[in-house]
Amino acid sequence: MTAAEDILSRPAVRRRRFGLSNLRGRISWTFVAGFLILLASLVLAIAPGLIAPYKPAAFDYKAILKPPSLAHPFGSDNFGRDILSRTIWAYRIDLQIAFFGTLFPVVFGTFVGAMVGYYGGWLETIFGRVVDAVITFPFLVLVIAIVAVLGPGLFNLYIAVSIVGWIFYARLIAAEIKVQKRLDYAAAGRVMGYSTARIILRHLLPNAITAALIYWMTDMALCILLGSSLGYLGLGAQPPTAEWGVLIADGKNYMSTAWWISIFPGVAIVITGLGFSLLGDGLSDMLRPKR
Amino acid sequence: MSAIPAERARAGQGATLSVRDLTTSFDTSGSPVTAVDRVSFDVEPGQVLGLVGESGSGKSVTLRSLLRLARAPAETTGSVLWDGRDILALPEAKLRAIRGNEIAMIFQEPMTALNPVLTVQRQIDESLRAHTRLSARDRRVRAIELLDLVGIPAAAGRLDDYPHQFSGGMRQRVMIAIALAGEPRLLLADEPTTALDVTIQDQILKLILDLRERLGMSVILVTHDLGVVAQTCDRVAVMYAGRIVETGEVGEIFREPHHPYTRGLLGSVPRGGTERRPLLSIEGTPPSLAAMPSGCAFHPRCSFRTDICFAVSPPLEPFAPGRQVACHHHQRVAEAGLP
Amino acid sequence: MLNLGFVVRRLLQMIPTFVFILVVTFVIVRLLPGDPLSAQAGDRVTDAQVAHAQAELGLDQPMLVQFFLFVKHVLSGDLGRSYVVQIPVWRLIGQRLPPTLILTAMSTILGILIAVPLAFVAALRRDRVSDAAIRGTFQVGLSMPVFYIGLVLLTVFSAQLRWFPVGGYGDSMADHVYHLFLPSLTLAVSLAAVLMRNLRTAIIDVLNAEYVDFARAKGLMPRVIMIRHVLRNALISSVALLGPTIGTLLGGAVITESVFAIPGVGRLMIDSIYGRDYPVIQGLTLSLAVVVSLIFLATDLIQAALDPRVAQ
Repeated sequence: MTAAEDILSRPAVRRRRFGLSNLRGRISWTFVAGFLILLASLVLAIAPGLIAPYKPAAFDYKAILKPPSLAHPFGSDNFGRDILSRTIWAYRIDLQIAFFGTLFPVVFGTFVGAMVGYYGGWLETIFGRVVDAVITFPFLVLVIAIVAVLGPGLFNLYIAVSIVGWIFYARLIAAEIKVQKRLDYAAAGRVMGYSTARIILRHLLPNAITAALIYWMTDMALCILLGSSLGYLGLGAQPPTAEWGVLIADGKNYMSTAWWISIFPGVAIVITGLGFSLLGDGLSDMLRPKR
Repeated sequence: MSAIPAERARAGQGATLSVRDLTTSFDTSGSPVTAVDRVSFDVEPGQVLGLVGESGSGKSVTLRSLLRLARAPAETTGSVLWDGRDILALPEAKLRAIRGNEIAMIFQEPMTALNPVLTVQRQIDESLRAHTRLSARDRRVRAIELLDLVGIPAAAGRLDDYPHQFSGGMRQRVMIAIALAGEPRLLLADEPTTALDVTIQDQILKLILDLRERLGMSVILVTHDLGVVAQTCDRVAVMYAGRIVETGEVGEIFREPHHPYTRGLLGSVPRGGTERRPLLSIEGTPPSLAAMPSGCAFHPRCSFRTDICFAVSPPLEPFAPGRQVACHHHQRVAEAGLP
Repeated sequence: MLNLGFVVRRLLQMIPTFVFILVVTFVIVRLLPGDPLSAQAGDRVTDAQVAHAQAELGLDQPMLVQFFLFVKHVLSGDLGRSYVVQIPVWRLIGQRLPPTLILTAMSTILGILIAVPLAFVAALRRDRVSDAAIRGTFQVGLSMPVFYIGLVLLTVFSAQLRWFPVGGYGDSMADHVYHLFLPSLTLAVSLAAVLMRNLRTAIIDVLNAEYVDFARAKGLMPRVIMIRHVLRNALISSVALLGPTIGTLLGGAVITESVFAIPGVGRLMIDSIYGRDYPVIQGLTLSLAVVVSLIFLATDLIQAALDPRVAQ
C-alpha cells in the first residue's frame, strides 16, 4: 500500500507527466504515430509488388522451412514460400477487410442513429430493445453462424459483419444526437425555420459524428481481428490467398519447428491494430473537448 | 437531550487555531500557481470565523490546507498551530488522530461528499472506530444519538438507509452527524448551505450555531454569502485572489468596511430584505491565479486606485484593535462610507 | 439487499430479449439467401435425411406458421436432431456445454485477478512510466487475435516447456482446471485488458471524488480508504462492463477451443459448420445467446446488490 499512502496522505506529491504529453498542442503524438503506421500499411497494401521480394505464391522447393535469413528475412514455409512477401501481400486483403467490414455499419448505423436520436419516442424504445437483444448474441458466434449459412469467403464475411455491426454505431450516434439536440443552437435552428434534414445534417451530425469516427478506428482493428480469426478457422479468406489469419493457420502445425511462419503475420496484425488504436486515441484527444 | 460526553466537559477548554503564512501552490506543468498566499489568522475557542470571498478566491483551498487535504499536486507551507502542534509538520499517524477527531470538516455538496454505496450507519461507524474504543453495539447506539443530535427524525430507523434516500437538508445533517462522531473541537465547514434552498439553509446554520453552543466547538465557515456571515459569524476574514484583504468583528466590518472589495461586497447585499444574491455587483472578475496583476491584485476593479496600487502590493496591517486591512487607501475607503 | 421490485422488472425485461433471440435464430437459418438444407448440405447428408429434416422443421409451411412451430419446439425442449451424429441437439449441446462454461468461468476469474491489481498500480502511478508500461502491454494484448495468443502459449508452455498438456479436457475436475489453464489465460488477456482500462479510469475518478476527501478528513487509515471507498466504488462501476465482456469472451471460446482441442460447444460449432449440421448450429446460437442473457442478468443483479442506487 505504499503507493496508496503516497497519493492519499501527502498533498505535496509532485507528479511528472510521462513522455511527450507536455509538448501536446493540437496534434497529439498518438495521432502522428497511428497515422504513420497506417500510412506505411496503406503503401504496402497498394503496392506490395514493389516492396515484397518474392511473389506471394511462388514455390521454392530448394528453400523449404528455412529460418529467417538474408534471402528470406521472415523465413519460408513448407512450400518454400517467402513469409515476408506473403505477410506484405496480406496487407491488401486485411486492410480491405477492415474497410469493407465497417463501411456499411458506419453509413447505415449513422443514418439510423441520427433518426433514432432526433425523433426519439417509440422509435427509440424499439431500437433500445433491438440493441439489448443483439448484444446477447456473442458477436463472433452470430457472425460465424451467418457465415455458416452463407458459406465461407470474404464477401459473405462482409455481409455477416454488416448485419450486426451497424447497431453499435447507431447506438453511439443516437446518444450523441440526443445530447446535441438539447443544446441551444438546435433549438435556434428550429426557430429559424430550417428543415429537419438541414438541422440534422448541418447542425447535429457534424458534432455527433466525432464519437462514431473514433469508434470506427477501434472497429477497423476489431474487424481485422475478426477477419483473421475466421481466416484461421477456414471460414474467411480461403487459401492460398495471403491473409494473416490464413498464414498463421498455415504455420500452426510447425510452431515448434518453424515458428516464423505463424509469428510474423501475427506481428503484422498487432502493429496494424495498434496503428488504428493510436489513431483513434489521438483523434479522441484532438477532437473531444477536454473536461 | 443526549449523552454526548463532549457536552459535559468541552466548553471552555477548547484550543486556539493559529494560522501563519499559510501558502498553497499547485505545480501544474512547470509553472506554479499560488492559490493561497501567506494567509494568517486565529480562531479562539468557541468562535465562529467566516472566510468570505468569490469563487476562486482561495477560501476553500485555505480550509482544506488546514488539514493537509488540498489535492495533489498541491504544496502547502507555513504553519497551522493547533493545541501546541503544527499540523503541517505532524507525522501521518498524528495527523490522522487530529482529522475527524479534534478537527472535523464538512463539505458543500453532501450528495458527492457521502459515499453513495455505504449506509449512513457504516459511514458514522468508521469514524467512531477510528477515534473511539467503543464496542460495535455502543457504536450503533452512538450513531443513533448523533443522528438524533443533528435533528434527524426517527433516527434509529434511518441508520441502514443510503445517502440518496435522504432529502438535501437531511443529507447535510447526516454529514454533520458524521463529522461530530469524533467530538471535534473545531469544525471546518466548506459552504455547507450553498447547495440548499433558503429555508433549509437557515435550519442548517441554526443547527451549526446550536451545536457550537452545546459542544463548545469553534467553527470556520467558508461562504460567499455575506447574509450567512451576518447571521452566524463572530469574526470575518475577507479573501481576494488567495490573500486575506480585511479582517475584523462582523459588526464592525459591516458598519465600516476599510477595503474597497469588502465595501463592494456589502454593496451587493440587499439591505433589510432576506433575499440573498451572489456577489456579482462589483464590476469585473477576479484575476486568474496564473496571471495575477502587478501590485495590488484588486486594482483593476478598484475605484480608489492610485499609481502606488499598480506597483506595490499592500501588506495586511492592523489599523485598530482587532482590525486588519491590506489597502493603501483604507482611510479614504472608510470615509466614503457604504455605497 | 436486493430490491424485489427491481428483480421482477429485470426478469420481465428478459421476455422481449428471449423473443428476439428466437426470431434471430429462426431468421438466420431460414431467411438468408441459399437453402441451407439442400443446396449447401453437400454430400455428407442423404436426400432422405433432408426430406426428413424438412418435414421436421415444417419448411413447406408459411413463414409465420414455421416460426410458431419453431417456438413451440424450442419451448418443449426440442431443438431437432443432429444430421451428423443422429442424437437430439439438446443432448449434444448439454454434453459439450460444461467444458465451455468452466473455461469461461476460469477466464473471467483469471482476468479479474490480473486486471484489478494492475489497474490499481496504473491509476495510483498515473502518467508515470509504470502506468504507461501496463497500459501499453495491455494495448498490445488487445491487438492480438485470440488464436494467436493461444498458439504462442501452446507452443511455449506445452510443446517446449511441457508444463501443460497440449490440448484436451481431462477427466476429473482438478484435471479440467489443469487442462483449461492455458486456454483460460488466452481468453483472459482481452478481458483483463478491457477491465483494466475501465477500472483504471474508474479508480482515477473515484480518487477525485469528494467522498474520498471526506474519508480522509475523518482521519481514516489509507488502507481503509483505499479498500472501502476507492476500490469498492470503482469495482461497482466496472461490474456493469463485466456482462458484455464475458459475452465477448464466450465468443472467443469458440476459437480457443479449436486451438486447444477442447470438446466444448465452440469446437462443436466449428465442427457443425464443416459438417453443415444446421440444427446444431441453430441450437448452439440459441443456447449461447440464452447463456449470455443469463450472464447479463447475473451481473445486473450483482451490481444492484452492490450499488443501492441502481435498484431505484
